[in-house]
Amino acid sequence: MGIAVQCRDLRKTYQGKVEAVRGLNLEIQTGECFGLLGPNGAGKTTTIEILEGLLEPTSGQVSILGHSWSQNPREMREWLGISLQETRLSEKLSVRETVDLFASFYREPRSTDEVLEEMQLTEKADAWVGKLSGGQRQRLAVATALVCNPKILFLDEPTTGLDPQSRRQLWDIIREFQRNGGTVLLTTHYMDEAERLCDRLAIVDHGQIIAEGSPADLIERLGGHHVVEFAVSSNGNGRADPALWRALPGVESVLEADGMMALSVKEPHLTIPALLDAVEKQGSQLEHLSTRQASLEDVFVRLTGRHLREE
Amino acid sequence: MSVAEQLPTAKTSANPSRPPRRNGRWAGYGHLLWARMLELKREPEVVFWVFVFPLLLAAGLGIAFREKPAGASPVAIVAGAGAQQTESLLQNSPQHASFKVEVQDDAAARKGFRLGKYDLVIEPNAAGGLTYLYDPARPESVLARSEVNDALQAAAGRENVIATSEVTSSEPGSRYIDFLIPGLLGMNLMNSGMWGVGFALVDMRQRKLLKRFVGTPMRRGDFLLALMSSRLVLMVIEIGLLLVLGVVFFHMRVLGSLFTITLLGSVGALCFGGVGLLTASRAQKIESVSGLMNLVMMPMWIFSGVFFSYERFPAVVQPLIKALPLTALNDALRTSILEGTPLLHQWPRLLVMGLWGVISFLLALRWFRWT
Repeated sequence: MGIAVQCRDLRKTYQGKVEAVRGLNLEIQTGECFGLLGPNGAGKTTTIEILEGLLEPTSGQVSILGHSWSQNPREMREWLGISLQETRLSEKLSVRETVDLFASFYREPRSTDEVLEEMQLTEKADAWVGKLSGGQRQRLAVATALVCNPKILFLDEPTTGLDPQSRRQLWDIIREFQRNGGTVLLTTHYMDEAERLCDRLAIVDHGQIIAEGSPADLIERLGGHHVVEFAVSSNGNGRADPALWRALPGVESVLEADGMMALSVKEPHLTIPALLDAVEKQGSQLEHLSTRQASLEDVFVRLTGRHLREE
Repeated sequence: MSVAEQLPTAKTSANPSRPPRRNGRWAGYGHLLWARMLELKREPEVVFWVFVFPLLLAAGLGIAFREKPAGASPVAIVAGAGAQQTESLLQNSPQHASFKVEVQDDAAARKGFRLGKYDLVIEPNAAGGLTYLYDPARPESVLARSEVNDALQAAAGRENVIATSEVTSSEPGSRYIDFLIPGLLGMNLMNSGMWGVGFALVDMRQRKLLKRFVGTPMRRGDFLLALMSSRLVLMVIEIGLLLVLGVVFFHMRVLGSLFTITLLGSVGALCFGGVGLLTASRAQKIESVSGLMNLVMMPMWIFSGVFFSYERFPAVVQPLIKALPLTALNDALRTSILEGTPLLHQWPRLLVMGLWGVISFLLALRWFRWT
């Protein structure tokens, strides 16, 4: 296994003021599905467009399969299939004409019919792009990327705005591409997408990677295994000090959100009895108690103190 | 149109080892040009503005300004002493057919003149002379005054000092429609060149389609070339339609060779393609490029002799007007079509267009914003 995509100390500053990317390092192995996860405005799109050679970084090095954009960009573009965030393809061309057009830019593209079949667009082959639904358009955008028979697929928020069924369809397509030996880099702000699809991912916030690893690894390292959420009614004693909860056995971190306390916990069977005791001692009443498996969302909240979908 | 080698499209997903499809050097260019033509064909607005609108304009103006023999001039004589005598003098003059004389009271005559009902009012005065009321700014009024004066003087016994004779001429080639059609051709090539290239580019930039294209190995030069070539194809149709209209409906005579006219049209189309490219090289929004386009085209609509000769502008600005690309194109088309001026004699105009086109294209390449 070689390195498909690598970047070192990537920085991008717009108009000398806005620092979109601030010293980002990445290493993606061939055959891997790698995800950049982060809220809107975290610098994901800027990063992926620099890697695609569409934006010039302010500083830092990029290498795609061992080549840099300054050496042989035309040859490198033969290897990459790209789907940008929100490209509006020509509405007056048919699906087949659009895919044929993109195929014509590459030396050895795949057969248009084969790609359309794979993307379940065969029925729509002669329909104008303007008549397609959101999910079909997104599949067409990926089809224009796949028709070039790429080694690496770059997908910028491929499923944003899609209904659950269309999202699942796209996930299947991405998995299939990966099964055939392709490398995938995608950006997303959906945790479930990152969790299910990516072998490894990097959580990006304010232009920097704040955590990196496999989804399971990240959850274990940073989210705790379990989350215990509860709410208590305070009987005139005022609010309980978070430090009180932090001191309970097995608790790794405490967060308060929307009137609920959330404890990251390694072993809930130790923590919960202690929690019940503590509540009773305080003279409060438990109003809510639930436990669940930790998710990437918890990792993100733990790292940034914010939820992913918050602006 | 298959620059790319298309393989038979049998459904063999079970057999993934189908032979690879290979693209030649010009596959991208061919597909880009083809896609552009398809888009144009499927856009009803384009068909209207590029093809139908100029035809309607030419037909409308051609009919409005069609040649007709000058009709009888309506003339009023103010009633009173001497009115009868003036009227009978006019009726007995050799030119009596060119007047329609009415005797009216003073107020009615003046009102009719003011409203354009009469071209001239004749007021006999006490001394047995006549006063002409006419408007020097209205050509028909000026004409009526001099015609009437001639007729009256001759009828009253004035002798011509110089013997004159007249030959009438109403040849195709000297009429307004003959002047108009080459001008419309030029203007149409400018409009569709600027909009066809500039508008399309900014639209694609706004849609991030340019950025998507740049993410492929597409040759950027091929893309711009395809855009310009699509103009050439349209140009041939535009010129053809307008010339056919002129010849069939207005019996216009085309003296220059079709080759020369097409070549001039090509140079013009490419020139304005270049100017359109430059105008659209940075703009991010349709709104901003629309303003820029109008700013660029406005002076040429006015000064470049589309609807009337630019000789009417002061001599000081003539060199500036002649340096405009549309002036060069209009002059070249006009002299070629109407006078049959050979291509070799058009070189100063070709040079003007060539310079505009090449310089614009080079600057556009330098400043072009793909993303």
